[in-house]
Amino acid sequence: MKVGLFIPCYINQLYPKVGIATLELLEKLGVEVYYPSSQTCCGQPLGNSGYEDDSKGACQLFVENFKEYDYIVGPSGSCIYHVKHHFDILEQTPEVIRVRNNAYELCEFIVKVLGKTDIGASFPYKVGLHKSCHGLRGLKLGSCSERMDAHYSTEEDLLNNVKGLELMSLNRKDECCGFGGTFSVFEEAISVKMGKDRIQDHLDNGVEVITGADHSCLMHLEGLLNRNKQPIRVMHIAEILNNSL
Amino acid sequence: MSHSEKATIFNKNEAKVNWHDKALWYVREKRDNAAHKIKGWEELRNVASGIKANVLSNLDNYLMEFEANAQKNGIKVHWASSAEEHNKIIYKILAEKGAKNIVKSKSMLTEECHLNPFLESKGLEVVDTDLGEYIVQIAQEPPSHIVLPAIHKTKEEVDELFQEHLGTKPSGGDPQYLTNEARKHLRNKFLQADAAITGVNFAVADTGGFVVCTNEGNADMGAHLAPVHIACMGIEKIIPKEAHLGIFLRLLARSATGQPITTYSSHFNTPAPGAEMHIVIVDNGRTEQLSREDFRSSLSCIRCGACMNTCPIYRRSGGHSYDATIPGPIGSILSPGKDLTKHSSLPFASTLCGSCSNVCPVKINIHEQLYKWRQLIVKDVKQPFVKKVILKTTGWLMARPKLFNLLGGSARFMLKHAPRFMVYSKLNAWGKERELPEVGKQNFNEWYKNRKKNE
Ligand code: SF4
Repeated sequence: MKVGLFIPCYINQLYPKVGIATLELLEKLGVEVYYPSSQTCCGQPLGNSGYEDDSKGACQLFVENFKEYDYIVGPSGSCIYHVKHHFDILEQTPEVIRVRNNAYELCEFIVKVLGKTDIGASFPYKVGLHKSCHGLRGLKLGSCSERMDAHYSTEEDLLNNVKGLELMSLNRKDECCGFGGTFSVFEEAISVKMGKDRIQDHLDNGVEVITGADHSCLMHLEGLLNRNKQPIRVMHIAEILNNSL
Repeated sequence: MSHSEKATIFNKNEAKVNWHDKALWYVREKRDNAAHKIKGWEELRNVASGIKANVLSNLDNYLMEFEANAQKNGIKVHWASSAEEHNKIIYKILAEKGAKNIVKSKSMLTEECHLNPFLESKGLEVVDTDLGEYIVQIAQEPPSHIVLPAIHKTKEEVDELFQEHLGTKPSGGDPQYLTNEARKHLRNKFLQADAAITGVNFAVADTGGFVVCTNEGNADMGAHLAPVHIACMGIEKIIPKEAHLGIFLRLLARSATGQPITTYSSHFNTPAPGAEMHIVIVDNGRTEQLSREDFRSSLSCIRCGACMNTCPIYRRSGGHSYDATIPGPIGSILSPGKDLTKHSSLPFASTLCGSCSNVCPVKINIHEQLYKWRQLIVKDVKQPFVKKVILKTTGWLMARPKLFNLLGGSARFMLKHAPRFMVYSKLNAWGKERELPEVGKQNFNEWYKNRKKNE
């Protein structure tokens, strides 16, 4: 099984440690990982801003970079969602279809493709899970609170098997954090308010570390936590899963 | 003013934002509990959405079937292609009857058509009899929510309003007292009414009858007391069969307020002896929306308001920030179809979190339609020059890995070495209340290259 590692542009530049944790984790799980070095971005920031047409070059490049792999795995639900749902702007060649079908968010890949939930990690902290919307409602990584389906959660399956980790329950299980890409600057006031409210929920429930499968939301929450000097850390779920004693 | 500007103003009072958010979240949770209590909720949504899709594909036939059956029952049917026509038709009916005092129960359509100011300009008195509607009417404001029109007002604010308009005693916002006073006042209006105007929740093609849902019974009170009843409906309010009401009424009440059934689901089929019943069927831009492949399902909406209650942006920006008759997520996909330029900021007033689409009882893919509107808006509505150039250039760069990485590197360099006052300037909306990520020595690319070298 050949896996192409997709490191979203903002993780590449700003959070290399998340990329590193993802790569190491996948290797520990016995996966053969390749990193195509001419990758740029999935085009999501443009699509969400209304400039989908201008992102065609980026999307096409993505397909070029990843077409030869059995799976494409990335530590960011919203980017993977974009590949799966919005690459319909490209001509649907067999390559494009293959890339869209084989793109997986990291947790989903570990649980659904590798069939593992206990990967021997340990992390003795009180953790709050931020269920990012594009992963939750877009990729259906878990059941969402609006629907009346049976409960499931790919991320919880993984976190519940981490030694010492206490998963704290929140008052609002899956409310959006207000990041939303360019929303975070064009609707600055609401974005900030949403983020502050999310953080308060974690604070109220004794969370020490906020984690999630989409680092863009975590970047937004971290920005607020640091500015307001609040006693919570953020960590990508890959960093927690890659942590062993 | 754009949505974000209005939302910024609303957010100046954080305590009020918190209150507004909690009030609506409470309704959302009530809805969750109610939906949990019946088996097959998701199946109900599937069926409802299927029926609505069928209606939209056969709208002409169902409307004509409805008209024929309604006429058989003695109801007079009128057709209006626009808001102006709708208003004129209603005025004509009222003028012929010499009606002066009109009671109205809640109808978003008459809001959309601006019926009240039109009738008032002709010298008629129109009183909104739904309590929430009544509050916004005397406050001279538009409703801020389609089910809870005065949700933006605290009970203390209502207290002051009633003191001014109804001469009530200060009560510190005692809901019982205030409601009673409003009821006393409205009772007289009902008794004096020459005509009653109501909306329509469902018009049933196979019977020619229609159903109006209220919690206060004010639609019935008006329609039964006045000699003339005029019901106004958009063309999309049709359902094929009476039997389908069992699906829609169950969904509507639970989605709207978390009640198992609306207190009054009133079925109107035929005028009382000696009374008149009219129906005005209105297009006003709906067929145009129907013609837009990507947006037609927005016409399935049954106006339950659940997408507003669940929307994290609506809850924190208030209904008035949308500056449209229908606010919130559904309004943000309907309004651009009416006036793309005026409403061009609305599809951007969302993180595309998708909560609305999952809560919607008729499964409208609201967040996907928001995304689609964005693509059209940047083409058809003039965009701020800088924003446009930045995004277009980014797109160009993203297709060129070498340049893209070079630029990413220099951006990182800037972020790391520029002085704080430059990074956190007025131009940086991110940094107003948030820190930027701390930048390290290497990006992932560089780390990976080094690692390969050392292997
Ligand atoms: S779009 Fe759906 S959730 Fe929103 S008001 Fe209409 S029916 Fe209700």
